[in-house]
Amino acid sequence: MRQLLTFIRKEFLHVFRDRKTLLMLFGLPIAQIVLFGFALSNEIKNSHIAVVDYSKDAATTRLISRIAASSYFDIRRSLAGADQLQAAFKKGDIKMAIIFPANFGDDLQHTGKATMQVIADASDPNQATTITNYLSQIVTDYNTELAKDAGQPMQINPETQMLYNPELRGAPNFVPGVMALVLMLVCTMMTSVAIVKEKELGTMEILLVSPFRPIYIIISKLAPNLLISVLNLVIILLLSWLFLDLPVKGSLLLLITCSILFILTSLSIGLLLSINAQTQQAAMMGSLMGMLLPTMLLTGFLFPIENMPLALQILSNLVPSRWYFIIVKRVMLKGLGITAVWREMLILTGMCLLLFTISLRKFKIRLQ
Amino acid sequence: MAPVISTNQLTKRFGQFIAANALTFEVDKGEIFGFLGANGAGKTTAMRMLCGLSTPSSGKATVAGFDIYTQTEKIKQNIGYMSQKFSLYDDLTVAENIRFYAGIYGMSTPAIKTKTNQLLQELQLEKEAKTLVKALPLGWKQKLAFSVAIVHDPDIVFLDEPTGGVDPVTRRQFWDLIYAASDKGVTVFVTTHYMDEAEYCNRVSIMVDGVIAALDSPANLKQQFNATTMEDVFYELARNAKRKAD
Amino acid sequence: MINLTSIKKSYNKGQIPAVTGISLSVERGELFGLIGPDGAGKTTLFRILTTLLIPDEGTATVDGLDVVKDYAKIRSRVGYMPGRFSLYQDLTIEENLNFFATVFGTTIKENYHLIEEIYKQIEPFKDRRAGKLSGGMKQKLALCCALIHKPTVLFLDEPTTGVDVVSRKEFWDMLQRLKQEGITILVSTPYMDEANRCDRIALIQKGSILSVDTPKGIVDAFPQDLFAVRSAKTHQLLRDVRDFPGTDTCFAFGESLHVTFKGDPRPLIPWLKQKGQADATMEKITPGIEDCFIHLLKN
Repeated sequence: MRQLLTFIRKEFLHVFRDRKTLLMLFGLPIAQIVLFGFALSNEIKNSHIAVVDYSKDAATTRLISRIAASSYFDIRRSLAGADQLQAAFKKGDIKMAIIFPANFGDDLQHTGKATMQVIADASDPNQATTITNYLSQIVTDYNTELAKDAGQPMQINPETQMLYNPELRGAPNFVPGVMALVLMLVCTMMTSVAIVKEKELGTMEILLVSPFRPIYIIISKLAPNLLISVLNLVIILLLSWLFLDLPVKGSLLLLITCSILFILTSLSIGLLLSINAQTQQAAMMGSLMGMLLPTMLLTGFLFPIENMPLALQILSNLVPSRWYFIIVKRVMLKGLGITAVWREMLILTGMCLLLFTISLRKFKIRLQ
Repeated sequence: MAPVISTNQLTKRFGQFIAANALTFEVDKGEIFGFLGANGAGKTTAMRMLCGLSTPSSGKATVAGFDIYTQTEKIKQNIGYMSQKFSLYDDLTVAENIRFYAGIYGMSTPAIKTKTNQLLQELQLEKEAKTLVKALPLGWKQKLAFSVAIVHDPDIVFLDEPTGGVDPVTRRQFWDLIYAASDKGVTVFVTTHYMDEAEYCNRVSIMVDGVIAALDSPANLKQQFNATTMEDVFYELARNAKRKAD
Repeated sequence: MINLTSIKKSYNKGQIPAVTGISLSVERGELFGLIGPDGAGKTTLFRILTTLLIPDEGTATVDGLDVVKDYAKIRSRVGYMPGRFSLYQDLTIEENLNFFATVFGTTIKENYHLIEEIYKQIEPFKDRRAGKLSGGMKQKLALCCALIHKPTVLFLDEPTTGVDVVSRKEFWDMLQRLKQEGITILVSTPYMDEANRCDRIALIQKGSILSVDTPKGIVDAFPQDLFAVRSAKTHQLLRDVRDFPGTDTCFAFGESLHVTFKGDPRPLIPWLKQKGQADATMEKITPGIEDCFIHLLKN
């Protein structure tokens, strides 16, 4: 018994003297509580929607004002025609569109029934379901209100159409998110570990004291990981197509090009992480802690970014996987071309170049 | 008096490879026994078996009177062990290390206290009691590690290359500690690459290719091989070893 | 060929001094030994000379090139074997050698004559992975990898540590042969007996040099007469000689004790015989490097 206590006491001493681990042990739960408790939520607020009102009567106006007043929705566009909706959906400017037919008010007055068309972007099926439910709730309340005034039951029926993902499958949202996550993690971890392994083994010393230029060391560490990641990507796409019935709707070439861009960005993050790590363990921990949490939380596939506090929204702009996620959804799911993703590509390119430049500058050509 | 170590045809096989082959020898109480051999000769394998860390493939042996097949736990309680690579925790203080090892060996709290003070005094480390071990010079670490290995007054202590890389003065101070322990009746089983240290031992065994090629006092070995130093004896035996590759 | 001037280096922002003002020079074609225990500063010096660390103070040059400014040039012409035999554990002997040859822009064939004698000893195992080699073989392979590009200077940091006596001897034989090729070799080792195989040596402890000279020069500089005292009861002898009032220093050296005296040494033997050391003998001996090191440490 005494021996057990002695050993336990020693273990406590080890833990409390290791500042870095301590920071993680206490810091991580606190950070998580704060994030999950306050910042992240599945609630949808201020969803961007569009309204097309062909009727423009008292009934539609009042309903629209109810919708506008709700904190769930943010009416971005009051469009003249439904033909403009496609473009807006493709761009991702709106998550839902409501179309009131021309004789909405009349129908309501005379028959007590009217329909409104609701189109929702179901590439994130959870989001789509949630906001259409919110809308239904508002409509139901409005129904009750109208019924009181009119003295008879009023029924406005939203006819809902789920765009891009009519069966509301999880895969269309989840696969791009996982792609971003997997590529990011694998690239940063494998690269940082590969470089630090040389340091740990002592072979880095010999490589440095040779005419072999440091940039070649870097390229040779990155090259196999690039290849493996592209293979990984191809496997994921094949599996998505064959087993999840999720083919690439847009250009495969564009998707692969953008993916390589993202992979290069992730590789350079791995490179940056390897510079200060002395052990493989530290490199792994750095990659996981440093990249897993931000990628999972701030990419936008688990929690909608639009609903986060402003600080986190700004922070998410710095996470490369966020931009890649957008590109994948647009190219793979919505079948869009380069015109729809060139901005995101530019951002990724910028990040990649910046990270590489910093890493190259900071790559240690000496041992301290 | 019964020997502290007694082995009979002790053998360890790894598949086809015989690491230690039919080792048969005895070590008496209070002896300083040098266990020499080239890398790959089988020294580490043999030591592991004697410490109860590895089960032999065949043969018999007792350490401190306990059987190495059935009573390994009793063996571990009655021996001390110090290796070159690790013995002390760098991020604990000198006093904490002593207290830890004493506690592991089941010493009572008052006994630990007395022993800690005694050790600190003997090693002249009273001022460093609260210093982290990683801040100590190598020589002091080695001496502390040895004292900690025998903190529980074991019958025998196994030392695995304890003086590697240490400066010549500290090396000799270390051997003063070994002598002191031997005087108190602790048997010392030591391996080393320093041939002059082989001379300090009562008897020396030299392993070559998994077998004990020679076992006797340094004086007798030198006579037997017509050599002036233990280094020459060792060289004579080891240079024709077949197991250079392993 | 190699020059160090007032080199100082410490770690942890000055908290851990590693090298405290070292000046040294090694001639072209010399086999120079840096002798000292762990923590003396040997590895730090090596890392400064191979341009892996920048000294806090002082300057150093290798083959006329400054270690800080001309690091790239130095890196392409020196051979370096750091401690722990850094090899790629999961590559075979042949693959390791090929790799290092390529990194230096050469092939195994081009400089084979340099490594031939060493490589022949491990060639039978050329398809074995480096991780599965014994210490002695790893040592030989690491040496080949450091030589394959025909360096002008060879830096070997503790190449014989942890390796058995036989392999150590063979290794120094190999170094002697390399010296004949005109390569300047700087070796560090904690083993005092290896000092005698060098042209010149520097004894180093706690970051500073105790002495630099040929092995013979260092031995000649030993200030007192040294005596080897022996008896059958070695253990007891140590105590007895230390108790003798005329003893200055007394250290165990294997079978005998090496003793220096404050005055006349002759009364020791009768005194010992009186103590029961009937067969005690004493003779004057030439000091070894270890004796000199211990002496220098004490002062």
